[in-house]
Amino acid sequence: MRPFHYERPRALEEAIAGKTEASRFLGGGTNLIDLMKYDVERPASLLDLNRLEGLREVERDREGTLRIGALVSNADAAAHPLVREHHPLLADAILAGATPQLRNMATMGGNLLQRTRCYYFYDRLTPCNKREPGTGCPAKEGVNRIHAILGTSEHCIATHPSDMCVALAALEAVVVVRGPSGERRIRTEDFHRLPGDAPERDTTLDAREVVTAIEIPARLYGRHHTYLKLRDRLSYAFALVSVAVTMEMQEGRVSRLRVALGGVAHKPWRVPEAEALLEGRGPEEARFGAVADRLLQGARGYGHNDFKIGLARLAIARALHQAAAATPQSHVAKRIA
Amino acid sequence: MMHHPLIGTPQDRVDGRAKVTGTARYVADFETGAEVLHAHVLNSAIAIGRIRRIDTTRALAVPGVVEVFTHENRPRTAWFSSSYKDDVGPPGKPLRPLYDSSISYSGEPVALVVAESYETARYAANLVEVEYEAKPHETDLLKQLPNSYVPKKRRSGINPPPRPKGSAASALESAPVKHVARYLIAAEHHNPMEMHATTVIREADGKLLIHDKIQGVYASKQYVCSVFGLSEDKVRVVSPFIGGAFGSGLRPHYQLFLAVMAAMALERSVKLVLTRDQQFTIAHRPETWNEVALGAKPDGTLTAIRHKAIGSTSRYEDHQEAVVNWTNLLYSAPDVQLEYELVQLDIETPTDMRAPGAPLGAFAAESAMDELAEKLGVDPLALRLHNDTQTDEVMNKYHTSKELRAACQLGAERFGWRHRPFAPRSMRQGRELIGWGLAFGAWEAQMQKHAARVMLDAEGHCTVGVATADLGTGTYTILAQIAAEALGLSMNKVTVLLGDSALPQAPVSGGSWTAASAGSAVHDACARLKAELLLAAQTQRGSPLVDAKLEEVMFDRERIVLMRDPMRAVSLQAAFAAGGRPRIVADGQAGPDQLTQLRYSSHTHSAVFVEARVDEELGQVRVTRAVSAVAAGRILNPKTARSQVVGGVVWGIGMALHEEAMADHNLGRWMNHNIAEYHIPAHADIHEIDVIFAEEKDMLTSPLGVKGLGEIGIVGTAAAVANAVWHATGRRVRELPMTIDKVLGLTPAHTEAR
Repeated sequence: MRPFHYERPRALEEAIAGKTEASRFLGGGTNLIDLMKYDVERPASLLDLNRLEGLREVERDREGTLRIGALVSNADAAAHPLVREHHPLLADAILAGATPQLRNMATMGGNLLQRTRCYYFYDRLTPCNKREPGTGCPAKEGVNRIHAILGTSEHCIATHPSDMCVALAALEAVVVVRGPSGERRIRTEDFHRLPGDAPERDTTLDAREVVTAIEIPARLYGRHHTYLKLRDRLSYAFALVSVAVTMEMQEGRVSRLRVALGGVAHKPWRVPEAEALLEGRGPEEARFGAVADRLLQGARGYGHNDFKIGLARLAIARALHQAAAATPQSHVAKRIA
Repeated sequence: MMHHPLIGTPQDRVDGRAKVTGTARYVADFETGAEVLHAHVLNSAIAIGRIRRIDTTRALAVPGVVEVFTHENRPRTAWFSSSYKDDVGPPGKPLRPLYDSSISYSGEPVALVVAESYETARYAANLVEVEYEAKPHETDLLKQLPNSYVPKKRRSGINPPPRPKGSAASALESAPVKHVARYLIAAEHHNPMEMHATTVIREADGKLLIHDKIQGVYASKQYVCSVFGLSEDKVRVVSPFIGGAFGSGLRPHYQLFLAVMAAMALERSVKLVLTRDQQFTIAHRPETWNEVALGAKPDGTLTAIRHKAIGSTSRYEDHQEAVVNWTNLLYSAPDVQLEYELVQLDIETPTDMRAPGAPLGAFAAESAMDELAEKLGVDPLALRLHNDTQTDEVMNKYHTSKELRAACQLGAERFGWRHRPFAPRSMRQGRELIGWGLAFGAWEAQMQKHAARVMLDAEGHCTVGVATADLGTGTYTILAQIAAEALGLSMNKVTVLLGDSALPQAPVSGGSWTAASAGSAVHDACARLKAELLLAAQTQRGSPLVDAKLEEVMFDRERIVLMRDPMRAVSLQAAFAAGGRPRIVADGQAGPDQLTQLRYSSHTHSAVFVEARVDEELGQVRVTRAVSAVAAGRILNPKTARSQVVGGVVWGIGMALHEEAMADHNLGRWMNHNIAEYHIPAHADIHEIDVIFAEEKDMLTSPLGVKGLGEIGIVGTAAAVANAVWHATGRRVRELPMTIDKVLGLTPAHTEAR
């Protein structure tokens, strides 16, 4: 990899002050270091955050908001009693991704910032607008089995690879960030962005901002939730399509529905109008198809990934069924409930 | 008195402890000091064309970079491509790395950076600037099918299809029941745990000690001597452990050439370890298209077989495999037409991958047999047994042995096949449809010429030496068993040395021939050593064995015992004392018996039974049960043998469901070149795997009665999975891998066209 400076700031302020466009914060390094070896990420310096205090806590406040520090590992978050009790959906989604070894290293903040698995993005001997703006997007007419069907642009059809973020979208989590001008709270759906004409930018995070925590508002969905992930093998593969659902029920009716899709777009995909189709009604299976159709409105394939449209429709219906039936998908047993 | 047999008993791997404690040294583990230079390859970005300009200035400016080799400054090596040939290479002109400015596939080496550290070399390689002049390329097999051809020159060791018998075309026309379909298998890349690597240690006298990831050290040695014009005494290749190779180490690859070139030019030791991505630039199992037509009478008797396969190869070599012959080897028919052709693409030459050809043909033929059974309304196992051949109808020879029926019976019983409902979609549990499928498989049982040396000292320590490789297969262990049993020693008294070109010669370890061939050579050496020991024992004054013949004694617990009177025995120690030599050395050999080969054909066989569970709506497949019943002659070590077959079954499941090298035909480049995106099975994909060995007595194939097990485990597995998925869902998938979209019918099949 290219030579780089390595620093270990002792305070958050020091980390922020030291951050430039050309430097990167280092959490678990499970994605960043790989990309550096591939010569895709070429930071002039790495600011290792692991000495910072106060970013490894998991707490729940009086309103029931769960706050997870950015340096909490994915494994610790998934195993934390507060997460398991109040947001099992998040634990399920984390456990659906990667491997135990990776989850031990990967941090919550880093997971938010993981980059696409687009084959071309990883291969510096091919063009890629995300890696090198202006070089083109061979994926559109090339190998695009894992690529996006929603929210694409002529410049980029990459997907966001995280499972965790799909659950966070369904949980309406908020990303807490700190920059030179103080703290800022960004809704998950505004945190990741669509590629548009700047596919090199994955998020709305400013170059000098650092993620400090994830906050998840209290929700009473009980067991009416699921994270359903379909992939090319049953473990350690990124989602072809995944669906996170929380379904709050009151007197047999859906009072609040949140559905987020993974593996289909440059960000976790939510469509409030689709969710509204079930709200205020019983969770009637007959209407699941309409919810799916609305979520997938405007979807287009690029050849190899054409199947994702049909597969997503089936997955959404099943996930809604799982949430309605209070039979969330297990990520230990691979049989789909 | 009891003789304790070792052959046929489950034995732990003798190298197991070294492997799990990390003391077993693989290629990259040698020469870890600061004196070794590290090399990194820069690969071509285009498929075909030439390098117009290559600028190494920036790379050379990096501190720690010693040299950057390109076609412009490479040292002179052999001129003719024939000097680059290896024993198993196909007809054609082998790749000559950095030879000139021309490029023949995406991933071909264009520069080698040599530096004081690995990280520096890898970094500097990114700074080499290359300007290409690309020419139009073609990497799409399906598009090129109309340009297929019969290879002009056959590849040594690969039988081309036999001449047609009768007229399959007219027999098919008049067949009361027939089935015709096309089947396609994706290209696959070898992904052993250990990367391909070469460590070249340049010794003070200029001799080269080479550690190379190779399935036979003599292959590397011969290549290096020939390409670099070195005499044999200047090169020694030592590769005691190989971390899996599966065929990818049968031929020397570019890292060997480049590491030796750099070491000689720089007069330093050099280490070159490929990255996982670069594993996708050296070898692969060729994408292969099949068409199978079967004709049958209403009672299921086959009247015609036509099987044509077209495989991909590179522009510079005609890689060939036996894909179609197996169909007639397994099933009898009066009219048979088998054809095998190639299509040239701008890709690297494919290389043998576990059971090369066989699982490709088996997927097509064994799927087709299932489809025919469905049309006939008969049980697919009954149809297979009804058409089972008793002789080898391809070569017109007798089988040395063929206990496929016995294996089949054992497998069917263990699996519970008789409870299988005929109709698909008959079994379900919750939302999962359950299907049962089976397939047959066959592989050649071969002998190759091997030499072995066995040395015994007065303390009863035995050293066995053969140059063959243990690829993780268990060769160390079985050779120790063979020698220990022959000489009446315990296993821990035997040390096996492998993978060293200073040891008696052996070819590459492949084709499932190592156990039979190397094992027989060791057995032969032991027999000679025993004769010498007996002679020594007889020189003892008043020897109780004075009139004993070799066949009248047994070697047991470090003694030579007269079988008819066990009280008459001489200890090995006494024999050594009498013989007056500190150690006895004996050389042995083994090889194919020409007369037997003329009359007989020898194969291993298997029947694989698989249960697949498929989510009815979502198409997610789980292979929840597999039984592989194998007839493979004598089983030397049931423990390592089981492991071999389990590995084959796992890979077969991967072939069925996961493995696929995806090419961007616009760029002419494999794109999923890492194991995050190139999928092999994870633990979650693998459930129960049962291995059964049917008893098979065969003293014709090899002196030990061994047939070999390296390949047979994979052969029928993918077809059995496809048949199980069909039985579960009623959907026939004729393209591998059977990804979720194909199982759901959401992706149009390529095999419908043409």
